[in-house]
Amino acid sequence: MNKNIIEIENLKTYFESSSKLFNRNKIITKAVDGISFDLEFGKSLGIVGQSGCGKTTTARTITMLEEKTSGEIRYFNESTNEMTSIDGLGEEEIKNFRRNVQMIFQDPYEAMNPRWMIKDTILEPLSIHNIGTEEDRDIAVYEMLKTVGLTPPENYLNRYPHELSGGQRQRVAIARALVMKPKFIICDEPTSMLDVSIRISIMDLMINLAKDLGVSYLYITHDLAVARYMCERIAVMYNGKIVEIAETEELLKNPIHPYTKRLISSIPVPDPKYVRKVYEVNQDDLDHIYGLNENDSLFDIGNNHYVATHKVEGLI
Amino acid sequence: MENNINKRSKLATFKKNYNRFKESKIGMVGLVIVIFFGFLAILQPFLFFTGIWNYSVYHPVLGYDSVAYTATVVDCPKEYPTENYDTRADCPSMNEISIITLKPFMPEVEIGDKVERFRQPAPPSRSHILGTDSLGRDVFSQIMEGSQVAFFLGLLSATLSVFISTILGSIAAYFGGIVDAYLMRQSDLLLMLPSLPLLFIISAFTELKVWHLALVIGILGGLGGSVITIKSQALQVKVKPFVDLARITGGSRMNILFSHILPNVAPLAILFMVFGVTGAIASESVLSFLGLINLDMSWGLMIALSQADGYISAGFEYWWLVVPAGLSVTLLAGGFYLIGRGLDDIFNPRLRKR
Amino acid sequence: MSNILEVKDLNMQYKTSEGFVKAIQDVSFVIPEKASFGLVGESGCGKTSVAMSLLQLQADNAEITSGSIIFDGTDIVQLSEQDLRKVRWFGISIVFQGAMNAWNPVIKIGEQIREAIREHYPENSKDQNTEIILDLFNLVGLDPTVIERYPHELSGGMKQRAVIALALSCQPKLIIADEPTTALDVVIQDQILKEIRKIQNKLGLSLLYISHDIAVIAEMTDLMAVMYAGRIVEIGKTADLFSNPKHTYTKMLLESTPSITGDRKALKSLEGEPPSLIDFQDACLFSSRCPSPTKECKEGSISMKLIELEDGHKVDQCCYRCLSE
Repeated sequence: MNKNIIEIENLKTYFESSSKLFNRNKIITKAVDGISFDLEFGKSLGIVGQSGCGKTTTARTITMLEEKTSGEIRYFNESTNEMTSIDGLGEEEIKNFRRNVQMIFQDPYEAMNPRWMIKDTILEPLSIHNIGTEEDRDIAVYEMLKTVGLTPPENYLNRYPHELSGGQRQRVAIARALVMKPKFIICDEPTSMLDVSIRISIMDLMINLAKDLGVSYLYITHDLAVARYMCERIAVMYNGKIVEIAETEELLKNPIHPYTKRLISSIPVPDPKYVRKVYEVNQDDLDHIYGLNENDSLFDIGNNHYVATHKVEGLI
Repeated sequence: MENNINKRSKLATFKKNYNRFKESKIGMVGLVIVIFFGFLAILQPFLFFTGIWNYSVYHPVLGYDSVAYTATVVDCPKEYPTENYDTRADCPSMNEISIITLKPFMPEVEIGDKVERFRQPAPPSRSHILGTDSLGRDVFSQIMEGSQVAFFLGLLSATLSVFISTILGSIAAYFGGIVDAYLMRQSDLLLMLPSLPLLFIISAFTELKVWHLALVIGILGGLGGSVITIKSQALQVKVKPFVDLARITGGSRMNILFSHILPNVAPLAILFMVFGVTGAIASESVLSFLGLINLDMSWGLMIALSQADGYISAGFEYWWLVVPAGLSVTLLAGGFYLIGRGLDDIFNPRLRKR
Repeated sequence: MSNILEVKDLNMQYKTSEGFVKAIQDVSFVIPEKASFGLVGESGCGKTSVAMSLLQLQADNAEITSGSIIFDGTDIVQLSEQDLRKVRWFGISIVFQGAMNAWNPVIKIGEQIREAIREHYPENSKDQNTEIILDLFNLVGLDPTVIERYPHELSGGMKQRAVIALALSCQPKLIIADEPTTALDVVIQDQILKEIRKIQNKLGLSLLYISHDIAVIAEMTDLMAVMYAGRIVEIGKTADLFSNPKHTYTKMLLESTPSITGDRKALKSLEGEPPSLIDFQDACLFSSRCPSPTKECKEGSISMKLIELEDGHKVDQCCYRCLSE
């Protein structure tokens, strides 16, 4: 019985600035610069980092919206019962891959066609993959609306996105992502544009659905507190690379990499009496300590905790 | 119950948009003008159908009516000014006729006799609201006929042009690469070509009827500059998350093009269409005036005929031969333009509320 | 210690095609000199409207129907546009949300700040102004070379520091910061917040900090008020509100914020949406979302009004009744 749903190995996605015939100096942006991780069935992994660290590009590369430059992406293929690379997949197999990988975006309004009714938005995956009869699909949409808490469904089926609130739209996005019962959903900051008091209800919904339907999440966020709430494991990304990856509580209790320490200590704490001490690292040190070569993998310091640094001895 | 919500929701959106449109005074003025001319276009067949108007008298092309009046026979002097006339142009005046003109037909006529004449073109009267032209045809009927032509031509060519440019613009945006490069060069080429002289050349090769003209204007417009604007709008849609989602879900490119990109580009396209009508009407009147189209009747043709007969140079005396037609072109073309400006408020994506 | 700002019974409404939206209702609070005051609430609660009204920068269709805003002794609601100009930037200045994008992209940063200074100190020479700008940059931690840079050459954090420099350029007594760090990284946010506190202490400024993030409010403010649907539902010392929140909404806010310290899963959420601000309700506006409303809360027989508990800690009377029952 295979444990992993997705395996990423040394993934790199580089972007070239538009190459002109006469311009020798093409600027290469190394958005994702060699990251590796595995995601188990039914578990969730958080990718935390600041804007520009490459987390969104990672998501886009895994869903094949962007082309990877090198590295391996393997997913669990149900028909062959083994991990299959996405390289050289035929059209049918790609479609099969897409049935199992969905995404939830940050902006719930922009993630829906404003001219489509809610029911059409949720129907789209089913009609693209030609699943069931029309009646079956209508029933699936109806049930899905109930599942995400938009009840009674009749009130939402024929509405347009602009008629719903932010929280309701995000529930529709979740419904749409789940309607095909995928194995794996990538969430790109799904609650950052919602009101604070609504975030928890959306996150709880996602957690419950994950348990009920056996879905794995790759949860991308800049907010470590949210990642803590949602994920069993967290990977910290910086400058296109993963600098530390560990189980959530372990990471928070025992951060090793300087960047992780600085990140954790910068987060404001909702307690006026708490005195927060910021772990200062200056920029040069950060880039030097990092020092990973091309094929260096992360250091295993036990307890399923990996760090990227060759000075790990001095830091523990 | 589902259908009721459906209808209610669509009706509500339409009403909301209509209310927004009403707020734009410019748009409402344009709408009123267009409705007025639309009414005229429908009025003519109605009048004929119900028999209120007699075909033989009021038909814009074949009708004939003349107004009778009594004229006094005079002999025009050789030198001017005299006590009755200031210049040569004043003899014979409106109710007089020269004996030299009449002699070949009525040899017995004498100076001072009163004879019955028929006036063409006749000024506006009770039976002809806008008078008759030099062939005795009712001008008002011609205006109405011209209105039909203008609407037909304008709407047909604008629709065709918008259809073509929307599809081409969306394809250019979505597929990019060589397709995009080619379409942009094509648009550049058409932008460079002056449209009116091009139409002249085309008319020299083939006989242009209304249909043909509509097709030509439609195709030329569709391939031109509007492709570029539609493409930029389509590009904005292409990078929206919901298009990404459609790709992630596995939608094919054609699927995404037709179900996502085109519907979101449509409002802008409709806007173009309205402006396109303006251009089409104006082009037609110029072409008619220059005699390059084979039409039975149109506003441009009316002006062309009056010019050929020399009535325009005569000053404002025969105003009803020129002013109604010219004003109609200006008003209808302008009316559509104003509607377009009014629609801009609704459709402009920047102003659309979340 | 006197008060730099006293807002009393402020009411403001917007005229819209659907009716009057009562954005601010009976809002009263006081900011002492050198203190920092936090205003917390979610989108649509009215906090940005309060900020705008303090500078009389509200939209054209907005109208202050009653109440007074007394800044440094003068009621600015009554002032003319000319006198207001003196208050703005001299007395009160503001760091907007998304202020980083408020820079004119075709003018250098230094020039834009210079413009603001020139506007208020027309007699200054160019060199004097350059001195001022250099001092400010030193204060906010910006390199002097930034003066000659264009906005697009700077990172988000640098632009935001420049905005703070701009806000300080005319030595105001009160700075309003409306979500100044929303779009910034946590690390940079921390730096900026530290800068703001440092500057506040050094120059003896008062600070009105508006945010939906209660963690930041906890760290930055001494006094705070919680707003909901245009009204203040609880107000008092920050430490008191966090350790002893009295209003249900305040409690919900505290309990729905995930944190990296403390228990992992002790969070609750709030269902529903804020009420429409158009129809007037003489009742507790929060009752529809309150997890344990009493009969009177729902019936609407208790109108909203703040009751003082102890030492400046006030709470809306509806929750006060629930507590004492």
